[in-house]
Amino acid sequence: MPTETAAEYVVAQARARSFYERYERKEDLQHQTHFCPGCGHGVVHKMIAKAIDDLGVQDRTIMVGPVGCGVFTYYYFDVGNVQAAHGRAPAVATAMKRSRPESIVISYQGDGDLSAIGSAEILHAANRGENITVIFVNNAIYSMTGGQAAPTTLLGMKSTTTPNGRNAATDGYPLHVSELLSTLQAPAYIERVGLGDNKQIAQTARAIKRGLENQVRGLGFSLIEVLSPCPTIWKLTPVEAQHWVRDVMEKEFRLGVFCDRTKERTEKADLRPADPGSSSHPSVGTPDLRPVTPNPALEELPRILGVAEEDLPEGNAAALADNKAIDLEVRIAGFGGQGVLLFGEVLAEAGLDAGLEVSWLPSYGPEMRSGTSNCHVRLSRQSIDSPLVTAPNVLVAMNEPSLRKFDKSVRADGWVIYNGQEFPADCVRDGVHVLALPFTELADELGDKRAANMVMLGALLEIAGALPQASIDDALRRLVKNPRWVELDERALARGRELYRESLVEV
Amino acid sequence: MTEANKPDQKQDRGQLRIDEEECKGCGLCIEACPPKVISMNERLNHYGYRTALYAGAGCTGCGICFIACPEPGAITVYRLVRAREVEARVANAAEGGASECASN
Amino acid sequence: MRKQLMKGNEAIVKSAILAGCRAFYGYPITPASEIAEAAAEFMPRTGGVYVQAESEVAAINMLYGAASAGVRAMTASSGPGISLMQEGISYMAGAELPCVIADITRGGPGLGNIGAEQGDYHQVVKGGGHGNYRTIVLAPHSVQEMADLTALAFELADRYRNPVVILADGFIGQMMEPVEFPQTATATHLPEWAVAGTAASRGNLITSLELDFDKLEKHVRALEAKYKVAERHEARAEEWMTADAEIVLVGYGIVGRILKAVTAEARAAGIKVGVLRPITLYPFPVVQFQRLAFNARVFAVVEMSTGQLIEDVKLALNGSRPVEFLSRVGGNVPSHDEVLALVHELARRGGVTQPTQEEERVANAY
Repeated sequence: MPTETAAEYVVAQARARSFYERYERKEDLQHQTHFCPGCGHGVVHKMIAKAIDDLGVQDRTIMVGPVGCGVFTYYYFDVGNVQAAHGRAPAVATAMKRSRPESIVISYQGDGDLSAIGSAEILHAANRGENITVIFVNNAIYSMTGGQAAPTTLLGMKSTTTPNGRNAATDGYPLHVSELLSTLQAPAYIERVGLGDNKQIAQTARAIKRGLENQVRGLGFSLIEVLSPCPTIWKLTPVEAQHWVRDVMEKEFRLGVFCDRTKERTEKADLRPADPGSSSHPSVGTPDLRPVTPNPALEELPRILGVAEEDLPEGNAAALADNKAIDLEVRIAGFGGQGVLLFGEVLAEAGLDAGLEVSWLPSYGPEMRSGTSNCHVRLSRQSIDSPLVTAPNVLVAMNEPSLRKFDKSVRADGWVIYNGQEFPADCVRDGVHVLALPFTELADELGDKRAANMVMLGALLEIAGALPQASIDDALRRLVKNPRWVELDERALARGRELYRESLVEV
Repeated sequence: MTEANKPDQKQDRGQLRIDEEECKGCGLCIEACPPKVISMNERLNHYGYRTALYAGAGCTGCGICFIACPEPGAITVYRLVRAREVEARVANAAEGGASECASN
Repeated sequence: MRKQLMKGNEAIVKSAILAGCRAFYGYPITPASEIAEAAAEFMPRTGGVYVQAESEVAAINMLYGAASAGVRAMTASSGPGISLMQEGISYMAGAELPCVIADITRGGPGLGNIGAEQGDYHQVVKGGGHGNYRTIVLAPHSVQEMADLTALAFELADRYRNPVVILADGFIGQMMEPVEFPQTATATHLPEWAVAGTAASRGNLITSLELDFDKLEKHVRALEAKYKVAERHEARAEEWMTADAEIVLVGYGIVGRILKAVTAEARAAGIKVGVLRPITLYPFPVVQFQRLAFNARVFAVVEMSTGQLIEDVKLALNGSRPVEFLSRVGGNVPSHDEVLALVHELARRGGVTQPTQEEERVANAY
């Protein structure tokens, strides 16, 4: 033990523990960084490493590196490292944080990476309020590729792609990322700092630590924009470059805090219920680090997904007449909204229930909302080779355009069930049976003209005579949830059967 | 870690060690140093850089040179502490140092 | 086992979750959107993550992040979106990250239309992104295969640490068929290479960057060797009535089903025809083609593109047998009758192998 009066020198500032001692992932010169003398990246790296040390989160930290001069974050940071595609670091960081909520995810990006090619990714990560920390190193130029103009390049500033200086008329204006993102409701903290002099440098260290601390506390998205010297591309000495940040860059890019919701979020966080399971999803911009999603046991998954065998219906295969050949190839067509797809679903579901092989194929896309809609349904005892019904043995045409579109495709000895009193004379063909009735009006008599599809299905079922009634009843109840509609549809199906039988008597 | 120095009335509040191998001679520490006790070495290092050189006296231990320096370990800053603070200091060697002293 | 009626797109998601997938990042597009919709419903209920990304570019890079974190992850899209994802797919192959991508194809090029087409074969099977990489490509032809191959896709993705694509056309995605699922869910473990924000994974690095020429060559050669292993072990194809087939019809996805229907009918007429349906498009089932070439007189490729699969068929046969071609595009599907007519025409030529029109044209050119 030293005596009371003794004094000695102890380390006050040294290489952060979150840096590797030696950069073994680097090809050569493993004792120093790849940065040019006087580069701001090195300073920012040191501040991040120091903040990781101070917050004690080295093991939890994941550094997502950019493309650009900052690409080699993994040379230096002794943390989990992931190197992202150009501009995509916020997307990568989003997924890492979402899947590993306990991790501390840093998206490290330059101004080309973040404000140009990655402008969409940063905007939306910020807007989702991802609980990540973005360190944005802005040196107003593409440095790695040799000095091309960036969105942040100052007006009049020369670059290899603005040889006469950036001209607002042709190249637009310097992009103010911090101001832009601070218009959003979700971010927790956005501050722009600089490396222009001692005072700025000290503030940068504080801001970076704060940005990281916000994440540790679960407060949401933080972005620290650092105005950073690039002596090499700016063609200045390191000291001149430092002064240029303060004297020139800062005039364009105002320093300061642009958004700070940390106080209100801290208060909110304190009010959160202790049991995360009892809270609903976090509201916009106040992400809760604690898992709010349940994590069910593996054996529960089939039931949650609705595929558990014991929850599936037994079916009525036993009720199927075993001597009857069944090969229904049905095309159902009509206007969107006439229930064409449901018609097909009930038929297919009933077929499955009866133990048959079935397929249901809709026309899909915009025509689902308007215009014509049609679907292909096959029921067979054999496995179904093609779900496409190009030559139906039953065409259900719920309007005249649909009849005209598919009439010629119906097989000889097949059926056309047509929704209309008058079957167009030019559609009549030898060898094709026709049942043409005003099904819409007939359904209206039952209480709702929208039940026309089920009246027509009833007619089809009676014609085909293939499926057990129990299968049809069960299929209907599985697909139609509203009891009022089930009741109406059951009557409609029965009415359809009756109408077909009546048509036989007439003949 | 501790530089063994005999307690002395005239001892500087701080001390500085510059790793000549790691230093790239950018000069930002020279610019940053408040008491101006860092200069550029006339001699070239192994890699052909002129590196920063501590005058050997006058360091206040403020640490601003450390955070102005872009290299992670080129500069190490030591601070003179009384013995009774030593143990606590050593325990928290890297805690909260940079930002606090940078704002000095 | 009891089956239930389900859309192919929905079956993918349920199978994925049972296979341990706990992350879905996507962007809506017809005819793949039901996959995102089902994922949005079921991921949060099964401890998983669902995020609708701002673009397919972001979605695939989110997959990069999720996979880096050691989570089984997937996305789904259609041709135009897959084009945008090619950047991320290249990066993931380079960084050796597993993921599953469902491509429910539509008509192209450009905005094309939303009909079913098979024009994505080249961009998916040959690798639409930059660099020397491959993606394993599975081509289901039924809803049951949508489920089964999704489970296989996650297994292969992990085994080879590589993106796996499920290439299905809009019909397979949109149609409903009876399907059954395994009643046990797969337990997954954190891969040792993952970056999970833990002390144990702190030293891990995920990157596709390698500056040193020799090291990058070594890396690319290692990828190549991995693909060779996959070529040896993972090629899959379904053969149907091929034992004595003189005419072999070749097609994948929905086309494979049409070919079977035609074959059944042509067999009834006494024509010795069979179907070879590649299930893996990469690795391509070369061995099956070469084996069938012993008996077969002619191969006929039926494809919903202007000729993409046919290139691999020709490479596999290496000139040993003529390859006929029937193609429909734009959302049109080769009809039963069209294919049947081709089979009859090939049968009519009898035992004498006629040069194809294309071969004659090439011969005349010299």
